[in-house]
Amino acid sequence: MTRSWTSPDGRARLSVDDGGDVCTLIAHGDWLVSTIGVFDRPLSEIAARFSVDKICIDVRELGRIDTAGAYILSRFALKPCGQNGPELSLIGAHDVAQRLMAEVRTRMLNCPPDDTPSRGGIVATFARIGRGFESATREGVDTLAFLGRAILTFLRVVVNPTRLRWNAIVHQMEVVGVDALPIVSILSFFIGAVVAYMGAKLLTTFGASVFTVELVGLSVLREFGVLITAIMLAGRSDSAFAAALGSMKMQQEIDAMKVIGLDPFEVLVLPRIIACVLMAPLLAFAAMLAGIFGGMMVAWTTLDIAPSFFITRMETAIPWNHFWVGMSKAPVFGLLVAIIGCRQGMKVGGDVESLGACTTAAVVQAIFAVIVVDALFAMVYLELGV
Amino acid sequence: MSERAIIEVRGLHTQFGSHVVHDNLDLEVRRGEILGIVGGSGTGKSVLLNTILGLKSPDGGEVFYDGRAYSKLSAEDLTALQQNWGVLFQGSALFSALTVRENVQVPLREHVSLPLSLMDEIADLKIGLAGLAPEASTKFPSELSGGMKKRAGLARALALDPDILFLDEPTSGLDPIGAGEFDTLIYDLSRTLGLTVVMITHDLDSLHTICDRVAVLAEKRVIANAPVDEVAAMDHPWIQTYFGGPRGRAALRETR
Ligand SMILES: Nc1ncnc2c1ncn2[C@@H]1O[C@H](COP(=O)(O)OP(=O)(O)O)[C@@H](O)[C@H]1O
Ligand SMILES: [Mg+2]
Repeated sequence: MTRSWTSPDGRARLSVDDGGDVCTLIAHGDWLVSTIGVFDRPLSEIAARFSVDKICIDVRELGRIDTAGAYILSRFALKPCGQNGPELSLIGAHDVAQRLMAEVRTRMLNCPPDDTPSRGGIVATFARIGRGFESATREGVDTLAFLGRAILTFLRVVVNPTRLRWNAIVHQMEVVGVDALPIVSILSFFIGAVVAYMGAKLLTTFGASVFTVELVGLSVLREFGVLITAIMLAGRSDSAFAAALGSMKMQQEIDAMKVIGLDPFEVLVLPRIIACVLMAPLLAFAAMLAGIFGGMMVAWTTLDIAPSFFITRMETAIPWNHFWVGMSKAPVFGLLVAIIGCRQGMKVGGDVESLGACTTAAVVQAIFAVIVVDALFAMVYLELGV
Repeated sequence: MSERAIIEVRGLHTQFGSHVVHDNLDLEVRRGEILGIVGGSGTGKSVLLNTILGLKSPDGGEVFYDGRAYSKLSAEDLTALQQNWGVLFQGSALFSALTVRENVQVPLREHVSLPLSLMDEIADLKIGLAGLAPEASTKFPSELSGGMKKRAGLARALALDPDILFLDEPTSGLDPIGAGEFDTLIYDLSRTLGLTVVMITHDLDSLHTICDRVAVLAEKRVIANAPVDEVAAMDHPWIQTYFGGPRGRAALRETR
């Protein structure tokens, strides 16, 4: 009985004559990587049904052939892992086919990859949770170690201030601080406006709309000004730090620095940390001003509270300590953001994939850390009564 | 070896700004040969290769593949042509987010439709043809040594069973033993698979041991395009320094 299969473009055909107890594979036309797809299944069926010495290949009708064609045609005779199977029995002669089949027999890596089957179910779930927890802990510990190293470097530089890289620091201050000023102010303006709207709506129902001033002043001074600043720093500067240091790491620039005798902590990390710690309070101050201005505008337009009244009321009703609470958090957040960004950058490995992963991790971890530390501050200041 | 050249470059002119790289350059590649292109650094070997690959259009002159001029080809025709070519770039240019096996499968997935399991098998075959061990197929490029990267790049270049293989400095950065093995591999592949090979190289050993002909790039042109012995005997200052220097003489001695 003879069956046959033809490739979609009609250039290659396989006829199989499996009448008796031997099976003949007759190859017609061009057996190329682009034409052999359809022969995969019939040929593996035949390889499963007949033993190797019962199959012969008829190449008299064969046209062109490439390594993929030679592979699939002689696949039944390939033995796993380098052992040579029995000789192929061919009908007719075809120089190229014979040469390629011989090459395939010597070169094919027919070793099934030993991928251990992934265990599903509950064990895998717990394993994943465990791994996640472990890596989170390790991240935390490593970040603290990085902080320690940065502090040590800082102390060493303070003892010998000529080693401070003023150029780098000023450049970073411009990038981190001055360039971020517009976006931070605008965001904070809108946050202040939104708070004022919400307050106005709620408080007028009690006839206490004038307390909008306290609401805006308190929330912006204590929380929003500095939080907006920290989140913008994380989004803008952290990704930039991680990407810049990471790509230097990838190109072995960091190694080159070390060999030349430059300390990458001193040259790259410290200027960024100093810039962030110095600029965060200034940005936070600008954010506070903009937020209060936003609240003031809304109060003026919706509640008819004139700016002059708004300001006098702020002076009398809001003690200065709220302002200092906000400002005291800014350098801490700046430090957190800079440490996390630089550490992720220095962690990048050899490939592009890890650059992307570390940049993302930098932003996510920084925002996470900022909010957690902000909560801690809130508790501490609450207990202290400020 | 048929007489018709498979690739012909005629009167090529290349210029970046006012910096002329190629001026009236002619080159021909014959079917089935291994052609070595040599020349000092910055003489425009890589640019010439990019022009032959159709990645850069010439500022003057014409490139013919099998008698067909690139400038007369439509974009689809050029893409179809490019399927007959395998290229190993100077830095291997492996996709870093993919394993070696997936790298080899990229051209397969793009250009032919095959069952997935067969695609894996064919990728493994090409990896084996390029002389890599089976363990390498599931590794990422960043986990490979320089020599293994070159071989992985070669496996990808062989994915569609090309007619021509282009290699840009395949043995630079390899130790002499690794380089020698790579040369032998290229030679064996070109003979068993019937490949035409165009390789840019600085490696005098490769020129002597595996190249059928050598093209020398200097003075913005190909100043010689002949078997290596004839080229080495030519009376040109650069050729004499190149082949007559201590390294050149050592390489020559070894092949004698
Ligand atoms: N994109 C480009 N823009 C400007 N100049 C280029 C460009 N690519 C190459 N060149 C110049 O062309 C010359 C040849 O470069 P290349 O082909 O890379 O040299 P090589 O022979 O070492 O491979 C060099 O002088 C280089 O400066
Ligand atoms: Mg080059």
